[in-house]
Amino acid sequence: MYQPVNTQAANLVNYLLHLGDNALILSQRNSEWCGHGPVLEQDIAITNISLDLIGQARSFYQYAASLEGGDATEDSLAYLRGERTYLNCLMNELPNGDWGQTIMRQFFFSVYQQLLYNALLQSRDETVAAIAEKSLKEVTYHVRWSSEWVIRLGDGTDESHARMEKALNMLWSYTGEFFMPAGYETAAVAEGIGADVAALQQRWMEQVAAVLQEATLPVPVAGKTWMQSGGKEGKHSEHLGFLLAEMQYLQRAYPGATW
Amino acid sequence: MSSVINISVAAIWSLLEQVTDPEVPVLSVIDLGIVRDVQLRGDDGVEVTITPTYSGCPAMDVISMQIRMLLLEQGFKEVVVKQVLSPAWTTGWMSEAGRQKLLAYGIAPPNQVQQVCRQELFAPHEAVACPQCGSYHTRLVSEFGSTACKSLYQCNDCHEPFDYFKCH
Repeated sequence: MYQPVNTQAANLVNYLLHLGDNALILSQRNSEWCGHGPVLEQDIAITNISLDLIGQARSFYQYAASLEGGDATEDSLAYLRGERTYLNCLMNELPNGDWGQTIMRQFFFSVYQQLLYNALLQSRDETVAAIAEKSLKEVTYHVRWSSEWVIRLGDGTDESHARMEKALNMLWSYTGEFFMPAGYETAAVAEGIGADVAALQQRWMEQVAAVLQEATLPVPVAGKTWMQSGGKEGKHSEHLGFLLAEMQYLQRAYPGATW
Repeated sequence: MSSVINISVAAIWSLLEQVTDPEVPVLSVIDLGIVRDVQLRGDDGVEVTITPTYSGCPAMDVISMQIRMLLLEQGFKEVVVKQVLSPAWTTGWMSEAGRQKLLAYGIAPPNQVQQVCRQELFAPHEAVACPQCGSYHTRLVSEFGSTACKSLYQCNDCHEPFDYFKCH
């Protein structure tokens, strides 16, 4: 994590990096579908969602870079940090799996992101509130698209149902991390800048349960699953290093390259 | 403060009509409603405030550069193109001229009153007229189209697929 002398500034920078990293890492994963989606329209949909997420990440990184000062830019924050300084949730870095798993993850994350950005509209920090306001319109589309596809596939054929159930079981233990605040989140809440993620959990659960029920998928019982965590503190799965190696290759191999 | 360059703010607004969206070249940045403010700064400076349509819209960087080039050509020395996110851009800011140009270009313009910009699932699709034959007998193919700002429709009468500048 970024730790300058001024801890208050460090907390905000880390909070912004966390918000940006969640968006960037999921966007990088989704972009792997480009040219490989099951049908052209949905290939375009998932890559459009990637583009929205990259845009949101850029906004957070630009703001973080302006606070960090020195040589920091949105690009240096994306391309020159190692995995221990990435603060995204573990779920976002997991390999895509099949299309069903990708959809289920997008659904879990988009519902979370919509609640989060709604809460951030009240942020005392004008830039954070503005990014949330801008992004919320985009996320509304992501929630609708992913919810509809969870329902279509869950309540679809035996094969699609089985795959969605498998995706649900695979991903569920990664959903808890959204709602376990890291130190910089607690600090941001105390400052009136951040959102209290623990307070979002119940509404998230209700919204997710409603869609899973309509999708004829089992609704996991809250509190019964041991939840993975660590990503928000920079302790990642083995998958993130490979993802960054690919994403950062050019700037690592040819530092400062532009075109 | 008065500028030594003899161009009024109103004239700059008209000049900006020359800057077009690289992805939808019939639309100027004024038609799109993304220019939010123009201010003269000192003797030879100008600040233009723009807002992106979508966070990740790759056209914004090109548009910023084109605005900068245009104003430098007019003799301004200090050209600042500032991006703001709030209030967030909405299709409601598109000009009537812009709507007509889009239609002529074969893209369905945003409806004046957009019916479906809400959260519920499997909501009825917005009734959009086909830009080719005018029929409202059309269907949504995908809410995500060739660029972030468009969705993909198809006309059930003339069967032509088309883009719709979607509710935002």
